[in-house]
Amino acid sequence: MSTPVARAQEQPAPATGLAAERGPYFGAFGGRFVPEALVAALDEIEAAHTAAMADESFLAELAELHRTYSGRPSILTPVPRFAEHAGGATVLLKREDLNHTGSHKINNVLGQALLTKRMGKSRVIAETGAGQHGVATATAAALMGLECTIYMGEEDTRRQALNVARMRLLGATVVPVTAGSRTLKDAVNEAFRDWVASVDTTHYAFGTVAGPHPFPVLVRDYQRVIGLEARAQVLELTGRLPDAVCACVGGGSNAIGIFHAFLDDPQVALHGYEAGGDGVETGRHAAPITAGVTGVFQGARQFVMQDEDGQTIESHSISAGLDYPGVGPEHAWLAAGGRASYHPVTDAQAMDAFRLLCRTEGIIPAIESSHALAGALQLGRELGPDAVLLVNLSGRGDKDVDTAARWFDLVSDADLVASEAERVADAPQRTEGAGW
Amino acid sequence: MSTTSERASTNGPVEGSTVDGGAGGALAPRPGSAAAAVDRAKAEGRAALVAYLPVGFPDLDASVAAAKAAVAGGADVVELGLPYSDPTMDGPTIQRAVEVALRARTRPADVLRAVEQVAATGAAVLVMTYWPPVDRYGVDRFAADLASAGAAGLITPDLIPDEADGWIAASDEHDLERVFLVAPSSTDARLASTAAACRGFVYAASTMGVTGARTAVGAGAAGLVERTRAAGAERVCVGLGVSTPEQAAQVAGYADGVIVGSAFVARLLQAGSPAEGARAVGELAEDLARGVRRA
Repeated sequence: MSTPVARAQEQPAPATGLAAERGPYFGAFGGRFVPEALVAALDEIEAAHTAAMADESFLAELAELHRTYSGRPSILTPVPRFAEHAGGATVLLKREDLNHTGSHKINNVLGQALLTKRMGKSRVIAETGAGQHGVATATAAALMGLECTIYMGEEDTRRQALNVARMRLLGATVVPVTAGSRTLKDAVNEAFRDWVASVDTTHYAFGTVAGPHPFPVLVRDYQRVIGLEARAQVLELTGRLPDAVCACVGGGSNAIGIFHAFLDDPQVALHGYEAGGDGVETGRHAAPITAGVTGVFQGARQFVMQDEDGQTIESHSISAGLDYPGVGPEHAWLAAGGRASYHPVTDAQAMDAFRLLCRTEGIIPAIESSHALAGALQLGRELGPDAVLLVNLSGRGDKDVDTAARWFDLVSDADLVASEAERVADAPQRTEGAGW
Repeated sequence: MSTTSERASTNGPVEGSTVDGGAGGALAPRPGSAAAAVDRAKAEGRAALVAYLPVGFPDLDASVAAAKAAVAGGADVVELGLPYSDPTMDGPTIQRAVEVALRARTRPADVLRAVEQVAATGAAVLVMTYWPPVDRYGVDRFAADLASAGAAGLITPDLIPDEADGWIAASDEHDLERVFLVAPSSTDARLASTAAACRGFVYAASTMGVTGARTAVGAGAAGLVERTRAAGAERVCVGLGVSTPEQAAQVAGYADGVIVGSAFVARLLQAGSPAEGARAVGELAEDLARGVRRA
């Protein structure tokens, strides 16, 4: 291929500097806090992935799937009417929302599904919070003829019945998880319980850049295509690098995906936006970098929302994709070292940005991605009209229409009463996630 | 070969921080340790019975009473579980119990108090814990408090020796046993490194899976015990899926100890009252104790 964007995608330059970090530890973060029973499988995945990354035929097969199946490269969209509210800065959206299945999640699962076949395994399992990673995994499994089981917290299956149906349409088995808080972290726990008993035949397609080594590195390797493309696209469009890159952060896969190509461009500021929920000061949030502690959670040392006894604290966000009490170790490392900065964005701020993008640009963003948009609005005002901001629009908001209609009071009382009857005890309401 | 599991000493802190057991295992394990309990059983020509019970279920006092009943019924070693919010190695039975314990806000300090009370019976008491609570408490402080409470040491289902530098140093300093797990999937190299890192015994997971009763103990368990011994382990106890006296007898035929957890917890779940629960736990312990003597 001849364009810089396509070249960036197919033949990324060897990573150096910060970008060369490949675990198992990122500074003090990461590692493998797992049962011994899983160590052999994690070693196998690491070896298979390392070999795959050096195998031109594997990379070509993945690139071909990107081109002909998921729709890469994703485009870059300037949004000047939105940017009027961001201090007149140039705002460029990386349109991961236009990918097949509606978010960046497909980048990771296509890679992991190929890897599953490469390891000779016939079954893939995954966790999902709201359905995006589950739908993407079910999609890749259907495409490649793999058996597929998705674990989803029972609370989330009720809230996201449509996504459950989507996964089942795609041939996946969806298992509602009734343990613990019945949400994403419990779905991860249950997926691990399945995996420890099925590891001979089954690959666990982890959904984000968290978990035990090598998942943070592996998922990042499949998501870094976002930044590789975007860096070349911004250069092509503006003749220079952006002043800042903005992304929402739950577990952190879309953020690391777009940050990674810029890690060693010190003039490019990297901003991650965590879910501030009702406000960090209320304790009802999902902002472990801003307000968590260093601890061990789901396989890795990271920032996590934990009480004084080391018990996990339940997170809260309007966006289920960001509603996770931990964050990937590479983000923890970038935060601790100051290379990237992380800020909380409240539900209300995110929903304001959500509506603004709808009305000024005709793009309905995922509520997850709206956290990054809210951050960009503020950052643009700080940096002024000469600034160029690259924002990862990690997912589309079709899935969020119901939540938004309620938030903005767009449906009649009669409608609400009718649907409310099916949603008893669903407060606070949440939505499915572009994040997870 | 000289393994750290043979590390022996008199009571009190160990001098220096050598991991090497010195005289190659000729020394006797310290009184109150799990190793001593396993050796005592071995001297009687049988396997040791190891009973798991989570602290705080059905409540704090009742969990201590149940543990004491297990000892009275014949358990040589008690594992007291420290409840954790994300127990990825546990099946539904233990998950349910732990949720109850956490709803009542069972804390590490409660576990330490439970250790004191159960250790007073003379049984060796290990604490079974996921790593995040210990990490948060501070591994050095936790080790010191465990030792003061009279615990023999820790079983760590989600901590592999590769990540355990801090715990290895702290357990050496406080003369505590450290029980790591091996699994059917472990390579011979990992069996060797894990056996070398353990003090007390090596916990062999009978099967690939989580805790919970099964109709049959993993067919590969005997082979795993054999491989673990060949890799240098002096004592190997088998857990996961052992629930009946028949299974205990079978496992006792090839292992140094038989670990039973979910079956005890299930008795507590089924009981109508704490007193009834403790009685049922004691009866199961008696049945299992006969089982480990039948091999």
